[in-house]
Amino acid sequence: MLPVSIRLGPCWMVFLILPYKIKVTMDNHTQKPSESLNIVIVGHVDHGKSTLLGRLYADTGSLPDGKIEKVQAICRQQGKEFEYAFLFDAFLEEQEQGITIDTARTFFIWKGRQYIIIDAPGHKEFLKNMISGAARAEAALLLIDALEGVKEQSKKHGYLLSLLGVRQFAVVVNKMDLVGYRQDVFDGIEKEYREFLGQFKAVPEYIIPVSAKLGDNIANRSTNMPWYTGPTVLDQLSRFKKEAARSEQPLRFPVQDVYKFDARRIVAGRITAGKLKVGDHLVFSPSNKRANIRSVEAFNIDPPPTEGYAGQSIGITLDEQIFVERGEIATHQDQLPSVSTAFRANLFWLGKRPLERGRKYQLRVANKEVDCEVATIHRIIDTMDLAQQQGSTTVNKNQVAELTLRTKTPVAFDLSASFEATGRFVLVDEYDIAGGGIVTELIHDDQEFLREEARRRDFAWVKGEVGVEDRARQYGHRAAIVLFTGGRYTGKSLLARQLEGRLVADGRHAYLLDGENLRRGLDADLTDEERGQTDEMARRYGEVARLLIDTGLIVVSTTNPFGLHYKEAVQAIRTLVHPAPVIAVHMSKTSEEPPPNTDIVLSGPTDLDKATKQIMDELKKRGVLAQAIGAKPTFQYSI
Amino acid sequence: MNHLRQLEDQSVYILREAYKNFDNLGMLWSMGKDSTVLLWLARKAFFGQVPFPLLHVDTSYKIPAMIEYRDRIAREWRLDLVVGQNKEALAAGMNHTMGRVACCTALKTNGLKQLIEQKGYTGIILGVRADEEGTRAKERYFSPRDKHGDWDFRDQPPELWNQFKTTFPPGTHIRIHPLLDWTEINIWEYIKYENIPFMDLYLDKGDGTRYRSLGCAPCTTPIKSTAKTVDEIIDELRHTTVAERAGRAQDEGRGMELLRKDGYM
Repeated sequence: MLPVSIRLGPCWMVFLILPYKIKVTMDNHTQKPSESLNIVIVGHVDHGKSTLLGRLYADTGSLPDGKIEKVQAICRQQGKEFEYAFLFDAFLEEQEQGITIDTARTFFIWKGRQYIIIDAPGHKEFLKNMISGAARAEAALLLIDALEGVKEQSKKHGYLLSLLGVRQFAVVVNKMDLVGYRQDVFDGIEKEYREFLGQFKAVPEYIIPVSAKLGDNIANRSTNMPWYTGPTVLDQLSRFKKEAARSEQPLRFPVQDVYKFDARRIVAGRITAGKLKVGDHLVFSPSNKRANIRSVEAFNIDPPPTEGYAGQSIGITLDEQIFVERGEIATHQDQLPSVSTAFRANLFWLGKRPLERGRKYQLRVANKEVDCEVATIHRIIDTMDLAQQQGSTTVNKNQVAELTLRTKTPVAFDLSASFEATGRFVLVDEYDIAGGGIVTELIHDDQEFLREEARRRDFAWVKGEVGVEDRARQYGHRAAIVLFTGGRYTGKSLLARQLEGRLVADGRHAYLLDGENLRRGLDADLTDEERGQTDEMARRYGEVARLLIDTGLIVVSTTNPFGLHYKEAVQAIRTLVHPAPVIAVHMSKTSEEPPPNTDIVLSGPTDLDKATKQIMDELKKRGVLAQAIGAKPTFQYSI
Repeated sequence: MNHLRQLEDQSVYILREAYKNFDNLGMLWSMGKDSTVLLWLARKAFFGQVPFPLLHVDTSYKIPAMIEYRDRIAREWRLDLVVGQNKEALAAGMNHTMGRVACCTALKTNGLKQLIEQKGYTGIILGVRADEEGTRAKERYFSPRDKHGDWDFRDQPPELWNQFKTTFPPGTHIRIHPLLDWTEINIWEYIKYENIPFMDLYLDKGDGTRYRSLGCAPCTTPIKSTAKTVDEIIDELRHTTVAERAGRAQDEGRGMELLRKDGYM
């Protein structure tokens, strides 16, 4: 809680109301900005980040007239030494403790560019605030105190900049006045820090010796360090390049939402890489749905745009009524993203409780949200010396780790080395974003071959004139598959029959797909050995189910033909019918563990009427059945 | 106009995230330049629609022209306008002479809290900007408020890339700030670029004064200015050394920190 009483004198009152306004007296300020650049200042606590910021504003005439003098006068009166750092620490508590608690955005204009400079806290307790500031930066200044040298957070921040994808940065060696402006001290720090950065291939643009307090090499070139010929801090800001719009890369257009406010069905999102134009053929992953762009939609732009580029928040309409949903990634067909249920990643953890192997988290990659668990923690990386510790089952707050994540359903993503925005993710623990990371490696899961088969088959699929949506409207429901799993004699067949009967009695289009019917017919060519392994039987079964789903049916089936291998078979069927909804019902006489992603578990003796109702309710909940026949269907998922 | 498009793209992205993730969403509209730009950005994000209600916390002391403008735009743009008012405090005679912070707390902060409670909003979109004053500079795009509407600025959630805090415990709500990265000049540049209708209180109509920031009549004073067009406002701002909210009485001393901690916009 904040202290109630105001314990500081009038000197502070001035800082509290000091607005970050821009004094504009020079051409450098008045020139109309044509672009804007986000910069973050990071480094160990007390190495002078806020002082540097204050000095930069003061020396470029970016503070209101007379403010500094006024503040200095009051400070003299109170016997306090004036510090530039006070200017941007707005909270009383920050001023009392002399530290920055949270990042502040400050603004200034210099030589035709608007800068948003984010002052990040250096105290390790506020690492999550530093990361929030750095994550939105396009370039960084990393400060090191010449007297103290390279400290813990100097290294951690340097490492995290790299992890966060901030590739443009300069190192600023501050407080050179305290070491007599000696080149050998500077050289020593430069050597040590370059070696550290080199271990993860980070290269600073420049290493700049400064005294923020005295203004050496901030806006004005220092006469105290003639041995340094590189840019000043202000020069360096101008040298940072505006991130080349990633429009030259292959297209990545994650679906943020789908709107239907009027006759248009608009797929909205922000292009994270590449470009698109009217007429382009798009593939949505992981559903493999395809369509052409009919229009690019916009409000108050005349004539309407026909193209979209990386960085833009846009909306498009498609030439076919396909149902895509938030989280899918649209690309061109020859440049598809990876799709898997597992990947390897580098992650930093900010959660209040440690990350644990085996625990469930929500994963967010671009706009996709999916449940996941930590399959393996390969090693913890000590950012001090980059030493590796193996065999840990937890990752503590502020630690960095290499791990493997496994998702509940397939996700489209990229390697972070190729695509920044679709190659990074966050983990949500309960209500909070608790960690973030970058994808370093695709892990091939056991469904890879079937997924590739499904993709090739879907791309080549010959469609008739009747669309999925047309069928759904006619039938009053969407296509889906209800899959019963469980051991022998648990009543799967009985329940499946009853469900089929009930659906048809209600006027739905349902069909019982019994595996026995494939065995004697479609599977008649399989050898006994092949029958024993179930792979090929499951594949054929999945393809038949896929065909029936395409006809708009609710397929009701059991895994009876697969015997004890039903868990593997379920996985294969799920992959092949993707993205149709699968309602998985597990029946057993004991409380054995059901296959992953089971929706309804029925153990012990089963009341068939009650179980049928339970499944019907699930079908409604999932949007397969409209609430009542004739009611307007409100479908939540894509097919 | 590249930098304005960048700002627009980010704000539109935030608005769409808000709309997707919050079932019960409202946007505060004070009819000032910032929240009117925000309203315009919502029409951009949703292709001419505004798919959530616009909330106005009416202190009863607003400049009358503001109310006329509100009702006209709401009609023309077919907005779902919700007006809230702390009637209890007004009945008890609350006004600025009882203390500016007390008055703002009663009529604005508590007026807003009542509205949030009555309607059960879980997400409130506001047009605050980081360059207005120190505590707003430290805001997140998605900023949680507890059951009492209080802001725990010492423990703000991480905001990584474009992943925001969109999940929250029952009883709490999230404030959403799509304009954080905009400066006062950017707002006027955008108003000009998009030709957004705004109140002429912002312009000098011949007496050598105009409002730079709008609020309640007793606590908002016009500035000396001869700016009669948007271009002249932009030019004036490029050369001014006076703070934007200098005409807003509640900002004096620690007013804003205390107000904002307790849930003020």
